[in-house]
Parts: sequence; C-alpha cells; structure tokens
Amino acid sequence: MPRQSRRVVITGTGTVTPFGLGTGALWSALCEGRSGIAPCRTFDFSGFPTSFVAQVPEGAFDVKAVVPKSYRKAAKVMARDIELAVGAAMEAMNEAGLQTKAHETGSVTIPPERFGCHIGAGLIAAEENELTSALATARGADGAFDFGAWGGEGMKNLTPLWMLKYLPNMLACHVTIIHDCQGPSNTITCAEASSLLSIGESMRVIGRGDADACISGGAESKTNLMGMMRQHYARRVASTAPGEDPATVVRPFAPDAKGCVPGEGGGLLVLEAMETAKARGATPLAELAGFGASQSFCPDTLGVEPEPDGQGIADAIEAALADAGIGPDAVDAVIPFGTGVPMLDRAERAALERVFGARAPKVPLVTLAPAIGNAGAGNGAIAAAVASRCITEQRLPARINTRGAQGLDADACPARAAKVDTVLVFTPSLGGQNAAAVLRRIA
Amino acid sequence: MTAPRIVVTGIGWITPLGHDIEGVWRRLLAAESGMAPITRFDARTFPTTFAAEVRGYDVTGFVKDAKVHATAGLNSQFALGAASQAWRQAGFEKAPPRDPRRVGLYLGAGEGVLDTANYVGANLDAWDPATGTVDGVKWARSALARMAPAREIEQEPNMPLAHLAREFNMRGPAYNCLTACAASTQAIGEAFSIIRRGDADVMMAGGTHTMIHLLGVTGFNRLTALSERKGDPTEASRPFSLDRGGFVMGEGSGMVILETLEHAEARGAAPLAEVTGYGSSCDAYRITDIQPEGRGAAVAMQAALHQAGIDPASRGADGRPPVHYISAHGTGTKENDSIETKAVKRVFGEGARDIPMSSIKSMMGHLIAAAGSVEFITCVLAIRDGMVPPTRNLKVPDPELDLDYVPNAARKVPVDVCVSNNFGFGGQNDSLVVRRFVP
Repeated sequence: MPRQSRRVVITGTGTVTPFGLGTGALWSALCEGRSGIAPCRTFDFSGFPTSFVAQVPEGAFDVKAVVPKSYRKAAKVMARDIELAVGAAMEAMNEAGLQTKAHETGSVTIPPERFGCHIGAGLIAAEENELTSALATARGADGAFDFGAWGGEGMKNLTPLWMLKYLPNMLACHVTIIHDCQGPSNTITCAEASSLLSIGESMRVIGRGDADACISGGAESKTNLMGMMRQHYARRVASTAPGEDPATVVRPFAPDAKGCVPGEGGGLLVLEAMETAKARGATPLAELAGFGASQSFCPDTLGVEPEPDGQGIADAIEAALADAGIGPDAVDAVIPFGTGVPMLDRAERAALERVFGARAPKVPLVTLAPAIGNAGAGNGAIAAAVASRCITEQRLPARINTRGAQGLDADACPARAAKVDTVLVFTPSLGGQNAAAVLRRIA
Repeated sequence: MTAPRIVVTGIGWITPLGHDIEGVWRRLLAAESGMAPITRFDARTFPTTFAAEVRGYDVTGFVKDAKVHATAGLNSQFALGAASQAWRQAGFEKAPPRDPRRVGLYLGAGEGVLDTANYVGANLDAWDPATGTVDGVKWARSALARMAPAREIEQEPNMPLAHLAREFNMRGPAYNCLTACAASTQAIGEAFSIIRRGDADVMMAGGTHTMIHLLGVTGFNRLTALSERKGDPTEASRPFSLDRGGFVMGEGSGMVILETLEHAEARGAAPLAEVTGYGSSCDAYRITDIQPEGRGAAVAMQAALHQAGIDPASRGADGRPPVHYISAHGTGTKENDSIETKAVKRVFGEGARDIPMSSIKSMMGHLIAAAGSVEFITCVLAIRDGMVPPTRNLKVPDPELDLDYVPNAARKVPVDVCVSNNFGFGGQNDSLVVRRFVP
C-alpha cells in the first residue's frame, strides 16, 4: 500500500567515463560503438590475468578545472573516486541549470536546506605510492614492517588528513560543500548497486517532501592494484592473451563471454520534484517513474556467485515496474548490468526471462560494460544517464562484441532510432543487493 | 492516508561491555568502562595505546550453521550476534516472517578489516625506493601469493548485509549506508521510512564496525581525534568534561527489528518502543570541522521532532520538557561536545537544561558506524526501566557546557520520549525520536 508521493524528474545528468567528462561524450562514443578499454596506464598490470581496464584517459578530466577556484586546494585530499563524483556533480548541475554557491556568479536558485545528496561509493583503495612511501620508513632490521617504528615515528609521514581521502562518505561530503546541499544526505555502499540505490533513496526523500532536489548517483575507481585484485578474487575479470584487442574483450550475454575488466567512472543526476522543477521553468529530461530494491538469497553467502535463478533481481524489477504503475509490456528498452561475466549474465538472463516471459528475446538491451567496464558504484547512475539520453534522443546506442546471444536482443548492432518512452535500468551487486529504476519520457 | 505506526520488537548488541542486552545495560548503569590496552596489534608506541575492544566473543553460539559464515570478518561476526538476539526477541526464530520479500534490512556497517600483514607486506615487497613507487608486477606477484580471496571480499562494506540476509532469509529492500559516525542512526531512520512508505512490513536495522586496527588507529591519530591520555584507559573518554581530549575507539554492533504496529499485533509480538521521528541534514561546511553553530545538528533534531509531532518549546503536564532523555553523540572531542550542546540549546531553548543528556561513549567508546545503533537501543532500555545511563568521567565541569549531562551516576527518572543523535565526520547529522509504546 504505497503512500502518495510527489513525482520526481531528472533535470540534469553528469558522467565521468573513459570517454571523458559529460554525458554527451559518453553518448557519442556509445553511438559510434567505441570502447574505452585499454591497458592500465597508472600501473603495470601484467602480473594479473589481464592488464586491460576502463580508465578515464589522462588529460580528459582534471578535477581542479571543474571545482570553484576557492575549492581547488581541497583537491589535494580527494581520492580518485571523490574526483569522479565531484566532476560528475558539476556536469549534472550545469545541465540542470541550477545555480548554487559553486557557480561563483549569479544568484542561488535552490534553497540549500531543500537540497539533498545521495551518493553511492565503493571501498576506496588507498593510493599505494603515498601509503607505502610512509610504510617504508618503518621497516625493522629484517626489512619487515615494524609496528613500534610506525607508531612512534613512521606514521608521521602520512599527511594528517590522510584518512579523509578514503572515507566513503567523502564523495558526498565534498559535493555537498561545493554545492551547499544542507538537506538529507547519505552514502550508500552496496558495491555495484550503490548508485541506483542512491537514486532510489533521493526519489523517496523528494517524494516524501524532505527535499525538493537532490544530487544523486555514485562513483568509484577500481583501476588500482587493490581494485583489480578484488575484482580478480571475485572472479569478475577476463583473462586475455598478449596482443588481444582490448575493445573486444567484454561480451555481455555472448556464448563466448569470458569476464569483465575493472573500470572507473562517476554518474550523478539532478533529481527534482516535478512541481518545483516546473515552477522554475526547467525542462526535465525524463521522469524517474519507479524504483525497486531487493536482496538475493546467495548460496555462497558473499554473493560472489549470484542467485542462479535471478529471483532477487526479478523482485527488484517487478517492484520498480509496480511503483511506476506499468507492466513489463510497457518497457521499450533495458539497461542491465551486463558485464560479460558468465555467471552474472546467467542470473540477469534468468531475471529478464522471469519478468518479460515470451517477450524477453524482443526487448532491446543496451550494454555498457564493453565500453566502460565495471565502474563499481558508478554503474547504475551512468546507466540512468544513458537511459535518459535514449529517451530524449529517441535512439538506442550501438552494441559491440556480442554474437549469438540466444534468446536476448543483445547482439552487436549499430545505433538506431527507436521509440523509447520507458527504459528499465537495473544493477545487481556483489553481496546480493539489487536495485531497479524505471525512467519515462515526459509527454 | 495516515502513516502506519512503527514499533521496535527486537534489540540486540555485541559491545565492549558484553554480548547480551541485560548484562551490558547493567554495566552501563553502573558506569563501568570497557577500555583497556589494545590487544589486536602492537600499539605500544602509538599516540593512543588503548581502546574498547569486544572481548571473549564467539559467533558460533549465535548462528544456525557457522560454516555458512566461515569467512566472516569481525564486523560481520558482531552483526550476526547482535542480529540473532534481536531476531529471537522479535519472535522470528520460532515463527519466521511469512513473506521474506516483505522483510528488508538497512545497515550502517563499516568496511571490513584490512588483511594488514599481507597488505603491508605486498606493498613493501613491491616498493622501489629509487623511483618512490610501487611496482605493479612485483605487487601482483606478492599479493597473489599472500592474500586470500574471501578475506578481501569480506572487506566490502555490504558484506555484513550479505551475511545477515543469508542467515535470516531476508529478501526485501536491502541497503548499507556509510556516513561515518552517523551511519547506523541514519540506517534506522531510513528503515523506518521504508516501512512507513509501505515498501516493507519488517526491517532489520542497525550497524556494525571495528576500526581498531593498524590503519584505523593511524588514521584517527593523524587527525588528532583520539584521546592520547596517559594513565588509566578507563578514564580516557571524558565527554563534556573540561579536560576532554578526544574520543576512544570502540567496536561492536547493535541491531533492531522494526515493523508496523499492525504487523506486530497480527503476530502477537510485543512492542518495546515506538519510533516516531527521523531527521537528517548535512552541514555542507568543511571536510574537517563541524558547522560551529551546530546548524546541521539542530536541523536534524528539529526535523525528527517535527515528524514526531513534538514542539520542543512545550512542557508536559508534569512541567518537564517534551523530551526526557537525549542520547548525545558526545564523542569527547572539544569540538563535538561544545557544538552539540549549542545545537541542543538552539532546539530546546530554555528547556534544554532540564533534559538529561548523556554519552555512553564514555563507557563503551565510539563504535563509529555502529555507535548510533547501540545508543538507540540504550534509549529503548531507558524508556523500559525509567533509568538513564550516566556520562562517566565527567570530573571537571566545562563552564561553557551547562546542560545536565548525568555525570558519573545513572539516574532514575521516568522516560517516555528520547532523542538519539549522531553526527558524522563529513557532515551528516541524524536524529531519531523513540517513545514509550502506548497502544
């Protein structure tokens, strides 16, 4: 018995992806069928099963160039994940046309106390070079780490604010300071489901009247040593051979799918109550019409292996459809997680078959992982940004790499015009949380 | 449509003062301290050498099949112990909820503990002093030889969620939030909101965390947030005392079961208390400092009171303010205690002085992400027993802090309405209103 809620619209999207800053750059690349996967440029990853990652290229994004001048100093205490969130937030605000304290000219167009922020974050990895340069000062005579030396002098080699780079809520902390969001704020940490769960929470906060607008989404960088290591241990990473073309590695739902690569990216949306967006004369990109969340029952407890029958994913999707007041037949396109990790593909396929039944082979899927890898907590929000583009452009981007995806519309094909009124986005996560959202064209 | 009433039907905790509700509650009322020298690693040369550790805890007795949780890190082990107490008290052990999809969970759980020896070892193995960088190939070789897959995956902050969902077969909406020290208060508040909206009938909510490890203590020591007091560790946590010098780290977990009154009544479960208000705000001020006037903290309290239908300026028939106990965030840092005091005065005005407000962090330390969950449970118990726990070690009154901090000894006083506050590093502020359940 859901209670009456205010309608929520998307008025801005911001992404930082391997194609650089901005949803426009991402959209063009997706439509052209490009992949952002390449050998890691920050570390030699050749000791892992693959050295391919999906990184934001050097020079494509500089956080200092997007923050207000007065805030540049704070960039020193931003882990990569924080930079991505800050960049995506600025883009989203610009697209939404909302003026905050960050826009050093003009007057503020959103009351700070009515402005919330929900950002999904991952387990942020400490920068190895910075930490190890300090750890290396506390080696004993045998070369091993010496706790006594560390506690006495060694730790002083770490900058006093060191830990603040790595607390997951520092993504939201910086974004809320920059844009003066004094309303409800949260940090969701449910691996890949984080950003879609954050979007759902913003939707509820706005719906129940606790804020009029929220910056919402997520960001993460997994293109570091610990990120790669943990993805490898979670059996998400494709093994590649020397000379293999990085652009062809990730093949969602393909019979020859062999895994994914660690990625990095941020996606943030500006969500607003439809009534307040209209009142300020904003042009909404799409309505966030429905949201659902669920937990899978994972046989291995940790959810490295997903629930094989896709029940939990289907539960989240069905809850989102019901929340939007539609049935599965109304869905024009779906953006799944679609990693090309066979066991994950299987669970998502089972969920799609459960929800769409006989129509499952006919629902066009939009697959992002061949282009952007696994951006962790960034995934769902990047997908939502793409979904809103599909709706405003009435177009579906290209798919690459997949051949012979039996029973699903997932094979490689060029971008094409399409009637796209309703898009379903969903992300399951390591750990078994599932989130789904329905975006709808505003008539 | 009126919102459904939300009640608490189960509580449980694993804390530095013990592993059961009644024993820990007795120790809190007796103003006992859980602080002692750190045993988890050799901290003898650290600026801070003590903490409040959970001692003698074994998860085996709390779970159905320990094998299912064989890889659980400390945070998940604490969560399982706390959750099984709450689950049992709610009556779900004998009669599990009929539809697991209507049972969700919302935790404010911290990240798992780093595999310190192997992580540090791999970094040092790969360190190239000549270039001042870690060699990726050497690192991979060393790390792949040393580390264990499950140990790495268990560090993801959503793993306690995964363990609890698996143990109790909960399949409804599931979230983990990590807003530093406010996380589990926020989790209880959002769980409350999810049920209120109708998206679940039952939610398990709470937090779990330990940061008593090499880099946790290092990080807080570098921030100079921890007490570095010499001498008896049980005297180190001194919230609201003039000579307070920082917080003391604790660890553990608190879990509660929330459900609609209708759902509780239909299955004959006895409400322990009712949650009536939740407020959340963000300082949006600085990454290191709290907004000096307590603006955000006040807004969170005001929003929670507003939702609960309480006018903070009012007085009850007994002449008392409308809130009878405030569980303070009360970390024992100079800044927090002074700003929290300002914020409470800002909200309650003249009445603020008449509201007992204490910090159990003076006894069990700061459970970081889990702090809010154990403090919320303390409020439930204060209502039940008409007893408020003390602030231990409040020996030297701070002339600028002039509220009633219940110094050093528990107090018998009728308690019908409590506010539980937590404010996170990074600016998130959360408050809950919990009250005596009256049918």
